[in-house]
Amino acid sequence: MKTLTFSQALNTSLRSAMEHDSKVVLMGEDIGKLGGVFRITDGLQKDFGQHRVIDTPLAESGIVGTAIGLAFRGYRPVVEIQFDGFVYPAFDQIVSQLAKMHFRSRGNVKLPVTIRIPFGGGIGSPEHHSESPEAYFAHTAGLRVVSPSNPQDAYTMLQQAIADDDPVIFLEPKRRYHVRGEVDTDLVPDPGSLYNAQVVREGADLTLIAYGPLVKTAMDAAAAAQDEGIDIEVIDLRSIEPVDFVTLSASVRKTGRVVIAHEASKFGGIGAELAASLTERCFDHLDHAPVRVTGFDIPYPPSKLEHHHLPDLDRILDGVDRAMRRTGDLLGEEG
Amino acid sequence: MLTVSPTFDPKAPEGPDTYLQVISPDGTRHPCPELDEWVGDIDVPALEKLYIDMACIRRLDAEGTALQRQGELGLWAPLLGQEAAQIGSGRALENDDFIFPSYREHGVAYCRGVNPHDLLRMWRGAAPSGWNPYEVNMANQQIVIGAQTLHAAGYAMGLKFDGSAAAAITYFGDGATSQGDVSEAMVFAASYQAPLVFFCQNNHWAISEPVARQTTGHIADRAAGFGLATWRVDGNDVLAVMAATRAALAHVRTGSGPAFIEAVTYRMGAHTTADDPTRYRDALELEEWAAKDPLDRVAAHLDSLGADLGELKKRSESAADELAAGLREAITTMPDPTVDDLFAHVYSHPHQGLEEQRENYSNYLAGFAVQGQGTK
Ligand SMILES: Cc1ncc(C[n+]2csc(CCOP(=O)(O)OP(=O)(O)O)c2C)c(N)n1
Repeated sequence: MKTLTFSQALNTSLRSAMEHDSKVVLMGEDIGKLGGVFRITDGLQKDFGQHRVIDTPLAESGIVGTAIGLAFRGYRPVVEIQFDGFVYPAFDQIVSQLAKMHFRSRGNVKLPVTIRIPFGGGIGSPEHHSESPEAYFAHTAGLRVVSPSNPQDAYTMLQQAIADDDPVIFLEPKRRYHVRGEVDTDLVPDPGSLYNAQVVREGADLTLIAYGPLVKTAMDAAAAAQDEGIDIEVIDLRSIEPVDFVTLSASVRKTGRVVIAHEASKFGGIGAELAASLTERCFDHLDHAPVRVTGFDIPYPPSKLEHHHLPDLDRILDGVDRAMRRTGDLLGEEG
Repeated sequence: MLTVSPTFDPKAPEGPDTYLQVISPDGTRHPCPELDEWVGDIDVPALEKLYIDMACIRRLDAEGTALQRQGELGLWAPLLGQEAAQIGSGRALENDDFIFPSYREHGVAYCRGVNPHDLLRMWRGAAPSGWNPYEVNMANQQIVIGAQTLHAAGYAMGLKFDGSAAAAITYFGDGATSQGDVSEAMVFAASYQAPLVFFCQNNHWAISEPVARQTTGHIADRAAGFGLATWRVDGNDVLAVMAATRAALAHVRTGSGPAFIEAVTYRMGAHTTADDPTRYRDALELEEWAAKDPLDRVAAHLDSLGADLGELKKRSESAADELAAGLREAITTMPDPTVDDLFAHVYSHPHQGLEEQRENYSNYLAGFAVQGQGTK
């Protein structure tokens, strides 16, 4: 066991993947000498050389498109997109090419490409630096979308994503990069477990589902609710596509209530999908409609307003109040 | 038609042999047949004005950096070293020419008369943008690399379709030239013979990536391949930049199609205040470029013409002081955005779902006031 920050865990994970498989190459802007703007690739170019840690031209469509070509040739590219808002120039290559090549070639071409994207807000950045694009990718068949919430998962899930023969969109909650935690680098997880959700706190009264940046906030909310006598079960979704409905449904059947929290806008978001699917699966067990606590349906706001946009402990507790049909909920939305 | 390009040697030193220059770093003015006619009207007072402009935006930049360090701005993108590129081109434009900038064109915005309050608002994180583009004929700052070049191409197509005498200009860096959008913008502009000037500030670095990561040749040569008229000029020479911009504007106004200027300059500061250039940049390189300073050479040239340098420096300092005071005043008087600003302007007419969210959220916030608790 080592104590590592989230970003050190990612760095260590990349290093072990590269040591383990010479076909693993890293690609992205500024990932060489600078080590990436978040220093996730720090020191790797020095140790593995310029052909394994490829500082690319400033062209996202080009980065993902050439990663596809390298994968065609048997490489396992791990692409770094500098910030969430800069993945869109590569959107066509991701959703029309990367996602569909296996299907198009009737399984003959495998594209084990991992696309790492620092995502989400809360770090006071300008426009395009705080977005939550998960729903776009989850909506596209052929892509898998995951997001770790702690250093151990950062390490393990990245190993698994790189080892996966399918393309994986790997969303890193950038405001958690500096959190420390215990990391067991010898842990050899079952490959399929990448797509499992995890009950990170058991409870009887309500299921609170979050992923990536909001898992910590969800845990804080559960602790605060405990003081008011509400026993919340918190689930870290981990995999956004596919969703581990076995774990989710079991929890919802037990508690009868569900709150889903994410930073992305509400309309057409992952919360909508979870709410609809859990209602279909657990309708007879629900005591209240699923409640979503999300970012507003606005472009990501300037940094002086982002604390309003991002779900915080109070807004999650308010959602809990609504799901519990407790009077005095503040948002006043129809339950 | 056959075109033959000279062989490019990436190791050859850059200098007046590979770009057009009017005033050399030591302040000597030498003949430049391609450019001289375009700055024939620049006499000593006019050159002094350009010097003062450059001194002002140098101060603007220093203030921006200082305000960021003091926590007043969330981020700042320094322009130190790029004064000649921005003032030379900015002062070559007519009022009805329209500008599509990136995020670093504070000097161009200054030429446009954007007031400090508006300039700083975005960097403070108080609003997504600062000014009304139609009031100054300049679009808001663009953060997505290269995206604005396509908007400029479309705008210029509109100018052409409307039979307007105005032109458009778009600013971007050397890194941006790798983006597909920039190539597509050149395709559109050339295909429709749109009156657009592409202005590339080749400041040698795209964050940590040297320009050699984006191209093995000269950036301007690439534009020639799209059929654009091209100028490659010393970007630290305000007269060369002004002349090339005037020439390019004249070219595009005649309906002869778009033009491309590569201004060879250098980013003396960090990429942004969040960047650490010591990780990737050699201190020697900085020294080399410090010797090519855009202000010093104008001062030296004016000196050789017998101008009163002491008086000029006094004038430029007091102009810069006034600008700096305006910037600080802008920060202290800038109101914080309100919750209503969060929901404003997402659509141009009311949107039911958003109205509901706004109302619910303001009730939610009001609830805290009633309860007298909570963290809001
Ligand atoms: C599409 C996109 N990708 C990545 C970024 C992150 N980024 C911001 S500035 C920059 C370097 C830009 O270099 P250049 O175009 O040379 O302009 P300069 O900043 O040097 O003026 C990068 C990679 C971005 N803003 N947009």
